[in-house]
Amino acid sequence: MDNIFSHSFMIRAFLAAVMIAVSAPCIGLPIVLKRFSAIGDAASHSALGGIAFGLLIGINPVIGAVLFSIAAVLSIEGLRKKFGTYSEIATVVIMSAGIGLTAVLSGFIENGSASINSFMFGSVVAVSDFDLIMTLVLSSLVVIVTMLLYKEIFAITFDEEAAGLCGIPVKAINFVLMLLTAVTVSVASRIVGALMISSMLVIPTAAAMLVSKSYKQTLVWSIIFAEGFTIAGLFASYYFDMRPGGTIVLIGTIVLIAAAFIRKR
Amino acid sequence: MNKEIIKVENLTFEYPDQAVLKNVSFTLHKGDFLGIIGANGAGKSTLIKLILGLLKQDSGRITLFGTELSKVRSRVGYVSQKANSFNSDFPATVHEVVRANLLPLKGLFSRYTKDDEKKVDDALGLVGMTEYKNKLIGSLSGGQQQRVFIARALVSKPELLLMDEPTVGIDAASVREIMEIIEKLNKDGMTIIMTNHDTPTLLRAANKLLIFCEHGYEEFVSTADLSLERISDILAGKRVHHHG
Repeated sequence: MDNIFSHSFMIRAFLAAVMIAVSAPCIGLPIVLKRFSAIGDAASHSALGGIAFGLLIGINPVIGAVLFSIAAVLSIEGLRKKFGTYSEIATVVIMSAGIGLTAVLSGFIENGSASINSFMFGSVVAVSDFDLIMTLVLSSLVVIVTMLLYKEIFAITFDEEAAGLCGIPVKAINFVLMLLTAVTVSVASRIVGALMISSMLVIPTAAAMLVSKSYKQTLVWSIIFAEGFTIAGLFASYYFDMRPGGTIVLIGTIVLIAAAFIRKR
Repeated sequence: MNKEIIKVENLTFEYPDQAVLKNVSFTLHKGDFLGIIGANGAGKSTLIKLILGLLKQDSGRITLFGTELSKVRSRVGYVSQKANSFNSDFPATVHEVVRANLLPLKGLFSRYTKDDEKKVDDALGLVGMTEYKNKLIGSLSGGQQQRVFIARALVSKPELLLMDEPTVGIDAASVREIMEIIEKLNKDGMTIIMTNHDTPTLLRAANKLLIFCEHGYEEFVSTADLSLERISDILAGKRVHHHG
């Protein structure tokens, strides 16, 4: 059987994906528990707009994705206050704007559909050395910041009011979480695909919640699940010639559903 | 004379369409237990939120331990009606929930120490929840959860404990247990401010009372001669002799 690691592109893809599988749950856990999962979707759709912009003006598309998804989460934060108790409208508006922007910009890119397509659904062959370095740097940043702010993130995730009374800068930490979500979504768009990265934030966390007995355990298990789904997905995508992002997400979904049924019994 | 813990002077607060508190003043010393009674919307919770800095008064002044709240945050504990509104599927242990309130004593980016773990154990011991330390908070009954939230408020060893309807939605046996814990804390010198719809319970536990009623509020610096009938009269809008 052909050795998966005999190709340098697979080694790059593996390293990047394994790193994303650590950083995505670090940000996915607080995002899911704060019921902000939809923000990951909005950021990823806006990242696509940034990718189209990057391709159009000739910069690395992932840089475009980072910039656009950060702009998206900042816009969501700004818009949320305008809708009061219906603040989730802001997320949907920004997500729609991201899709609209992608559609319009891709029309101006030569061979636009094919290029955007690879970012929408992910690709292992497309990971360059620069992409790998950027993924390692930005994913490490996400992991380090979420670990340094571990107790503060737990406190505001569990009870924002009590955290504020403890003197924690709730708004600032929420802002950091939003920025890290944007960064995670953007760096993962190359391999996992922008349309599927929000699943990488949610599915490992959801599976971990079924088997864990504490917040700390949930974080550890969500990383274990994310690594498991990612490595299995990459092997399957290589040997069965399937798209990596979709394969990773489908494996995660099957495991999650099976775990939910086993736990029910 | 006992140490002054909190001094509220001419506190006034209005929501956009309604004046809630008008010139409220009172002073509590170490070991006082102030009960706050009143109808829904009378301003009980608003007063607690103003003391905690969750709302900003229109006028008046609140002094805690002779200074402002931001300088004495760890000396003030707070228990809300959390047992009812709490998300029971949140994956956190009793220990993790209680430990989170040590944050006022910790710097940003710092780690928990063995001393912190001991403080968590001590706080859980005070409310009789040590054996539930590693249980998921969502797996406990409402009464047990509220005891955990009291432990969370106690973990930073506060000198003033604010409680907003801490026994709402909890079964009668648990209410008795919780009130015993609170009265014991008060006996040991903790100053307590509590709002509660259960007037007989509050009248028995508190040594001072604020009653919010139609024409403002009545302050009683002693509950010794106060009867339930008299409180009902005040709540019904009948003016009585003011002891404040």
